[in-house]
Amino acid sequence: MDHLDKLESRSIHILREAYSEFNNICMLWSVGKDSTVMLWLARKAFFGHVPIPLVHIDTSYMIPEMIEHRDKLAKKWNLDMIYGQDEETLKAGNTFPNGQATHLECCGRLKTDALKNTLNGNWRRYRYNHNKDEYELDDNREPYTGVIVGARADEEGSRSKERYFSPRDRNNDWDIGDQPPEFWDQYKTDFAPGTHVRIHPLLDWTELDVWEYIQREKIPMVSLYFDQGEGKRYRSLGCGPCTETVDSTASTVDEVVEELKTGKFSNIAERDGRAQDKEDGGGLEELRKDGYM
Amino acid sequence: MNNKTGDKDLNLVIAGHVDHGKSTIIGRMLADTDSLPEGKLEQVKETCRKNSKPFEYAFLLDALKDEQAQGITIDSARVFFQTDFRQYIILDAPGHIEFLKNMVTGAARAEAALLVIDASEGVKENSRRHGYMLSMLGIKQIAVVVNKMDLVDYDEDTYNEIVAEYTEFLAELGMEAETFIPVSGMLGDNVADSSENMDWYHGKTVLEQLDSFENEALPHNKPFRMPVQDVYKFTKGGDDRRIVAGTVGAGELNIGDEVVFYPSGKKSTVKTIEGFKEDQQHKVKVGKATGFTLDEQIYITRGELASRADEAEPKVSARIKANLFWLARQDLVKDKVYYLKVGTAKVKARLEKINRVIDASNLDQDESKEKIERHDVAEVVFKLDKAMAFDLAGEIEETSRFVIVDDFEIAGGGIISEAMEDEQSWVREKVMRRNYNWEQSLISREDRAEKYNQKSTLILITGEEDVGKKPTAKALEKRLFNDGKVVYFLGIGNLLYGVDADIKNGDNGHKEEHLRRLAEVSHLMLDAGAILVVTAVELSQSDLELIKTTVNPQQIETVWLGDRVTTDLEFDLHIPEFTSEKEVSGQIKGLLQDRGIIFRPW
Ligand SMILES: Nc1nc2c(ncn2[C@@H]2O[C@H](COP(=O)(O)OP(=O)(O)OP(=O)(O)O)[C@@H](O)[C@H]2O)c(=O)[nH]1
Ligand SMILES: [Mg+2]
Repeated sequence: MDHLDKLESRSIHILREAYSEFNNICMLWSVGKDSTVMLWLARKAFFGHVPIPLVHIDTSYMIPEMIEHRDKLAKKWNLDMIYGQDEETLKAGNTFPNGQATHLECCGRLKTDALKNTLNGNWRRYRYNHNKDEYELDDNREPYTGVIVGARADEEGSRSKERYFSPRDRNNDWDIGDQPPEFWDQYKTDFAPGTHVRIHPLLDWTELDVWEYIQREKIPMVSLYFDQGEGKRYRSLGCGPCTETVDSTASTVDEVVEELKTGKFSNIAERDGRAQDKEDGGGLEELRKDGYM
Repeated sequence: MNNKTGDKDLNLVIAGHVDHGKSTIIGRMLADTDSLPEGKLEQVKETCRKNSKPFEYAFLLDALKDEQAQGITIDSARVFFQTDFRQYIILDAPGHIEFLKNMVTGAARAEAALLVIDASEGVKENSRRHGYMLSMLGIKQIAVVVNKMDLVDYDEDTYNEIVAEYTEFLAELGMEAETFIPVSGMLGDNVADSSENMDWYHGKTVLEQLDSFENEALPHNKPFRMPVQDVYKFTKGGDDRRIVAGTVGAGELNIGDEVVFYPSGKKSTVKTIEGFKEDQQHKVKVGKATGFTLDEQIYITRGELASRADEAEPKVSARIKANLFWLARQDLVKDKVYYLKVGTAKVKARLEKINRVIDASNLDQDESKEKIERHDVAEVVFKLDKAMAFDLAGEIEETSRFVIVDDFEIAGGGIISEAMEDEQSWVREKVMRRNYNWEQSLISREDRAEKYNQKSTLILITGEEDVGKKPTAKALEKRLFNDGKVVYFLGIGNLLYGVDADIKNGDNGHKEEHLRRLAEVSHLMLDAGAILVVTAVELSQSDLELIKTTVNPQQIETVWLGDRVTTDLEFDLHIPEFTSEKEVSGQIKGLLQDRGIIFRPW
C-alpha cells in the first residue's frame, strides 16, 4: 500500500466505526476540499452510498459557487443534505464587516453558534427533498451525538493535538487539557447523555495529501480553487468577505499539486490568509474550545 | 517537499522524562532542516519577545496556551516532517506523569521511538516508565538520545554511565536500543548536524537515525484476520449486495476462500471482494479497509472475527489472562462491571484476579495488591460476560490487544497472554462445531422474518413455582397465534421424556445438559422463524449465559413473573403480580412490540 492508500484505509475504518457506534450521526460538509474528500471517502466506505446526513452551516456569506456545487453534488450523489443558519443575527444584520460586529464576533455567531444550535436541534434545520428538488423544514430536531468533521492536524497548533474521536461536553466545549486516551484503533464511542463526540477521519492528512488524493480519484472540486484566468485562486474557502484569494495561475488539479510541491506555497501554511488565526496568540484554539470546527 | 515515498513513511514517537528536552530536539530539527513554514520561527520568536520570555524551540510544537505558559507539553502533537528518504509523522509526547495517557495515545501510533534522557539529570522514573510503555505498546525499535550534553561539558564518561544504566534497564524488559546518541537539542549538536564538541562520538545524528529506522512489516504472512465492523445492505439505495465490511488486520483473503467467523463458528465462501470506483479485486491484503460478499446468507454481526478455514483459527473464550496498564484516575477493582473491547467486539468484563502489580518506574513487583491504581501495570485475569474471539500476544499482535472502558472512558489497555477455560467452554465447543457444519438453507433469516412478519425470538418466562408461568405462556401463544404469528409453546416436560430421555432422571448434576438441549431445540425453532415461548423455574443468570452460548443473545427476551425475585437473573421485564392470563400475556406482547419483534398496527 502506498501513502495515500494507507491514509484512505485508516479514514474509511474511522468512518465505519463512527457509523456503527453512533445512532444519531452527521457529517459536516463545508463544500471545501477537505470535507469533500471526506464525503468521497464515505462513498468508498459504504460502497457508493452515503448513509449519513450531511450538514452545511450556511453563513449566507458563502461564495455563491459553493452553494451551487453543494446542491449539484447532493442531487448527483443522492445525499441526505441538511443546512442550518443563524437566522436572527442575519435578520438583524449584526455581522462583519458591514454590521455591528467584529470579525471574531461574526464567526462566533454565524459559524460557532449556528453550528451548535443546528447540531443540538435548537434551531431550524432545512433538508433537501429530492423529489421536489427543494429544501424544506426538517421536523427531525434530534441532537446529533456523533459529528464527523474534516479537520487536519497540520492546519494549526491545537488541531495537531486532536483525537480521532474527540468528546465535547454539554456546552460544546472541548477540554483540550484532558482528552481521553486513544490507541490500538479503539476510540471513544461511549459518551454521557447530553454530550457528543467529534470524529476526525482526516487528522493524518496534509494539504498536499488531500490534493494528491483529489488528483488520483478525480474528485469534483468547486471551481474557486482554480485560477479562471485572472491569476488568482482560493487556497481555502470560507465566507466571501473574510477569505482572501492567493496569487496563482494554477488552473487545474495537476497544477495545484505541482504548486504545492515545488512552487511558492510549498513553504507557506494554508491558513496564512485567515484572519482569525492571528488576532491573538490562541485565537483558533479559543474558537475551537467553544465548538468552532 | 516533493517526494512521495510510497510505503516507506514512518510514524515516530519521542518520549522520556519531563523537561528532558523532547520538544526542543524536534523543534531544533525542524528549524535546522528548513522544515518550518515560512515566517513561523520569526513569529514564535516575536511572541516570546512580546511576552518577555526566552525563546524556546519547544514552542514550535507546544502550541497550546497552557503549554507555553507552563513550559511543558500537555498533549502529544503530530508533527509532519520529511527527509529526502521518506515522510514522517513525529508524535511529540509529554513527559509529565500526569499526562501519561497522552503519551500512550501518541506512542501507540508509532513504529519507532526516540527516548530522551537529560545528561545532567540522568535516568529518571519516567525514562523507565516510558520505556516500559513502549515495550507494552509493541514498539520494537528504540534509539536513546542523551540530551543537554552542553550542561555536562560534553563529557564522555557521563554519557557512558547513562548508556550503561539504561541498557541494563532495557535488557530487563527484553529490549535493546538501536543506538545511543549524545546531543544538545538547544544548541543543535548531533541533531541535524554532526557536533564538533564531541569528537569522541562517531555515530549517527538524530536525523540520520530517523532514516535508519526500518519500516515494520505489516503482518502479511500471518493467518487472515478481519474484525467485522458491520454487515451492510443498502436496500433503500437500490443495492442488494450484502457486504461484510472491515479492515484486514493480518494476512490476506481471496475470492473462493472459505471464511469462518468467530466466536459463532459460522462458515461461508467468499463470493466477491467489493469496492467503490476501483478495479475488480480477487485478493485483499493486510491494512486495507475492504468488504466482501458471501455465497450463503449466513447471519453474522459486528464483533465477529473473520478468519480463513484453511489457516490457524483464533482463540475463543470468556476468560482471559492479560498484561494490562491502567490510566484512569479511579482504580480498577473487582466486583465492578467494565467493558472490554477487542477488535470490533465489546463485551462486559469483570476483574477476577490480580496476579501481580508492577511499578513500571522501577520494576518492583507486588503480589498482594487488591486493586490496580492509576499508572500501574499488572498481570490479571478477566471474566467476560460472553465469549469473544482473539489471538495471543506473540502470535498476532493486532488481535491480541484490548482496551477497558470504565464509565464512558477508555481507562486502560492490555495484551492477552492466555485463553483460559470458562464455565461455558464445553457448550461453546459443541456450538462452534454445529455452526461450522451447519447446512445452509436457501431462505435467509430476513426472508423468513419478512414472510412471517415477525422476528424469531425465544421468550423465557421464569419465576418461583406456582406464580402462573404456564397459564401465561399458553395464553401468550394463543394470543399471538390469533394475531397470525408463527408461535409455539414448548413445555419442558415435552422435552424431558423425549429429547432428554437418555439423561438419568432426578440427577441435578445434569441440569446443564438439560439446558443445553433446550437451547439447541430452541435454536432450531428460531432458525425456522418461530417465536418460541418457554417456561422455567427460577432461572439464574448463569443458566441464561449457557442458553446464550447456544442461542443468539439478541433473540432472547426474559420475563420474571411474581413479586419475589429469587435469582441474579438480569431480566428484560418484571411482572410482579399475576393478575390474569389475559393481562399478563398482554404485557408481554407489549414488550415484543416495543422491541420490534412483532409490529404494532398503526
Ligand atoms: N542547556 C540545555 N537545555 C535544554 C536542552 N534541551 C532542552 N533544554 C531545556 O530544557 C527545558 C525543557 O525542554 P522541553 O523541550 O520543553 O522538554 P520536554 O522533554 O519536551 O518536556 P515535556 O514535554 O514537558 O515532558 C527547556 O527550558 C529547554 O530550553 C539542551 O540541549 N541543553
Ligand atoms: Mg515537550
